[in-house]
Amino acid sequence: MDKIKSLADLKKIRDNVQSKIELREKSENPEKSVQIKVAMATCGIAAGSKETMTYFIENLERNGIPAIVTQTGCMGYCFAEPTVEITKPGEEPVVFGHVTPHKAEEIIQKYLKNGELVEGIIPVNYNSI
Amino acid sequence: MSYNMHILVCGGTGCQASSSKTIISRMNEYLKEKNLDKEVQVIATGCFGFCEQGPIVKIMPDNTFYTQVKPDDTEEIINEHIIKGRKVSRLLYKEPEHHNPVSDSKHIEFYKKQLRIALRNCGFIDPENIEEYIAREGYTALAKCLTEMTPQEVINEIKLSGLRGRGGGGFPTGLKWEFASKYVADQKFVVCNADEGDPGAFMDRSIMEGDPHSIVEAMAICGYSIGANKGLVYIRAEYPLAIKRLRIAIKQAEDYGLLGENIFGTGFGFTIEIRYGAGAFVCGEETALIHSMEGHRGEPTTKPPFPAESGYLNKPTNVNNVETFANVPVILNKGAKWFASIGTEGSKGTKVFALAGKINNVGLIEVPMGTTLREVIYEIGGGIKNGKKFKAVQTGGPSGGCLTETHLDTPIDFDNLIKVGSMMGSGGMIVMDESDCMVAVAKFYLDFIVEESCGKCTPCRVGNKRLYEILSKITEGKGTMEDLDNLRNLSHVIKDTALCGLGQTSPNPILSTIDNFYDEFVAHIRDHRCPAGKCKALLTYHIDSQLCIGCTLCARNCPTNAIAGERKSPHFIDTEKCIKCGTCIDKCKFNAISIR
Ligand SMILES: Cc1cc2nc3c(=O)[nH]c(=O)nc-3n(C[C@H](O)[C@H](O)[C@H](O)COP(=O)(O)O)c2cc1C
Repeated sequence: MDKIKSLADLKKIRDNVQSKIELREKSENPEKSVQIKVAMATCGIAAGSKETMTYFIENLERNGIPAIVTQTGCMGYCFAEPTVEITKPGEEPVVFGHVTPHKAEEIIQKYLKNGELVEGIIPVNYNSI
Repeated sequence: MSYNMHILVCGGTGCQASSSKTIISRMNEYLKEKNLDKEVQVIATGCFGFCEQGPIVKIMPDNTFYTQVKPDDTEEIINEHIIKGRKVSRLLYKEPEHHNPVSDSKHIEFYKKQLRIALRNCGFIDPENIEEYIAREGYTALAKCLTEMTPQEVINEIKLSGLRGRGGGGFPTGLKWEFASKYVADQKFVVCNADEGDPGAFMDRSIMEGDPHSIVEAMAICGYSIGANKGLVYIRAEYPLAIKRLRIAIKQAEDYGLLGENIFGTGFGFTIEIRYGAGAFVCGEETALIHSMEGHRGEPTTKPPFPAESGYLNKPTNVNNVETFANVPVILNKGAKWFASIGTEGSKGTKVFALAGKINNVGLIEVPMGTTLREVIYEIGGGIKNGKKFKAVQTGGPSGGCLTETHLDTPIDFDNLIKVGSMMGSGGMIVMDESDCMVAVAKFYLDFIVEESCGKCTPCRVGNKRLYEILSKITEGKGTMEDLDNLRNLSHVIKDTALCGLGQTSPNPILSTIDNFYDEFVAHIRDHRCPAGKCKALLTYHIDSQLCIGCTLCARNCPTNAIAGERKSPHFIDTEKCIKCGTCIDKCKFNAISIR
């Protein structure tokens, strides 16, 4: 272990280790990040939701979008798996169907980065408690 | 790649006692078995504070808060929550009022009114990993002080923040540092008082277990401002986990060059050693503490000279409490103005309390100064256990007092608590209900004092013993009204003449209970009656002739043959023979026997 000899050294270590606890810090204030819930029930997993989730985690980080990616149970749209619910800070949640890694990339680039809508939104017209 | 999920498991003393270590090792095993050990990280943290509901397991990023987790639950948590994304609802906390499960800690009443400054990292980081502390701005305050500020500027910042000592006295910390900085000497010392002797208190222990680096950093900052290069932590040997974590923290800080010579290349050097105490209450008093560290008997000496002038080895020494230190790095990072914006006029920031007694949510809490006792007891604490009635709350430990219903809306701060006849102390808060006898409570604290008095000065050694004897007399129904006056007078003499803070405050629990519960004392003395039904000598057992059917069960089980009566007709108790063992009450199937 190299000793910390200056403020710059300390900052360097901090930048390196920040990512270790970033997940925890973001989760304490979820409303400040993009929240992505991937449906991971049997139907979702069978349709490849695990890959979708991993794709989101790795590529959101790469694109510098602060986000919390979690899994949830079946959302009921088994015809459109993998399904993903996305909530941007201060906005209503939007559910996307058939989200393959390819679709995930489109969502990241268009919906999350530029605010454009993409096809495949499942209308949600019920209230949940 | 970094982990997708973090599982935080409480590794404080309380949760470890209920198997949190096994939970952690089982989780790691299952994760490995399921090939998830690269994606999910299990972290042993410090105390979450919600000890009543421990062991606590928190899952991030979805912030799920599981309570009372057992080692056998780990497989289900991993299979259901981690793999399938379904919360294990039977392990979620249920608010006692509506019984609906609450999934994340933000929505639990216990946490809603809390503001965690001293406990900011407890239950959040791995206390045995310096990098997690660094990631939370750790050691940036030290860096800032050493590279950008003069010692006097650091002192000014602490003065401006309004921080007052959390060890009991509430002395302004910045001012204390300034005194120590003014004395010229070849060697000065920084001492951290981690003796924590108040019965039921565990604030300092939890900080050291959950965030030891904050203490290390703050001591170095203090050393820089007063011109000391040596720090000593005085900790009781019965805190093994806190000692272990402190040791690890000191070693890691040395390895990273954050303790030792030439820190941040500035030429300032600082080292920290640990000194062990044997757990005597008086050794928390700073002069006694210093003598104990020097290898002498842990007995106090008169002040002045204050430690700032002549302390450890007769050198200028600055003594601060653990929680006081824990606030220091945050103040320097966020600024004195920010800190001073929290709290009341005369008391800034927050205070950590150990909630105990007849309260639903026993645990460790941190609230802004100015929060009322009612908010702490009813909202955070969840009210009184078993639906009983609130009677009193004891603050300030053996030096404090008992407050009543009428004080519940008092905003808690140093000055307000003194005004109503108690004190902040180090943060013990014991709640009592209608079944607690206040004379017995006063006697309990006196018993503690008699045990813990070092015996050096007469008022404390002999005076407290006499107070205890008078209280015993009263609880046995042998007291006189004159005894009440004697209690008061002797209390004032002890307060005025005792050598150290122990004796000067030891009569407080008596004085405040006489003031606030005068009728209860009188009931013991005049009516030979204990209204709470606690003082054994004053109780009598009665059989209700309406309810008794004469089954003879009580009479047959009475060990002293104190119960007599014809079969199938009401029985009665000979109070002379009765030893009040309670066997008859346990045996009676008709609720016919009561205590009066
Ligand atoms: C009998 C007695 C016991 C004490 N016990 C403690 C203790 O356990 N921990 C503590 O920090 N201060 C304790 N104190 C207060 C210390 O003497 C001292 O005021 C304190 O450590 C100063 O730190 P602070 O200014 O940060 O509060 C005790 C005082 C007395 C009179």
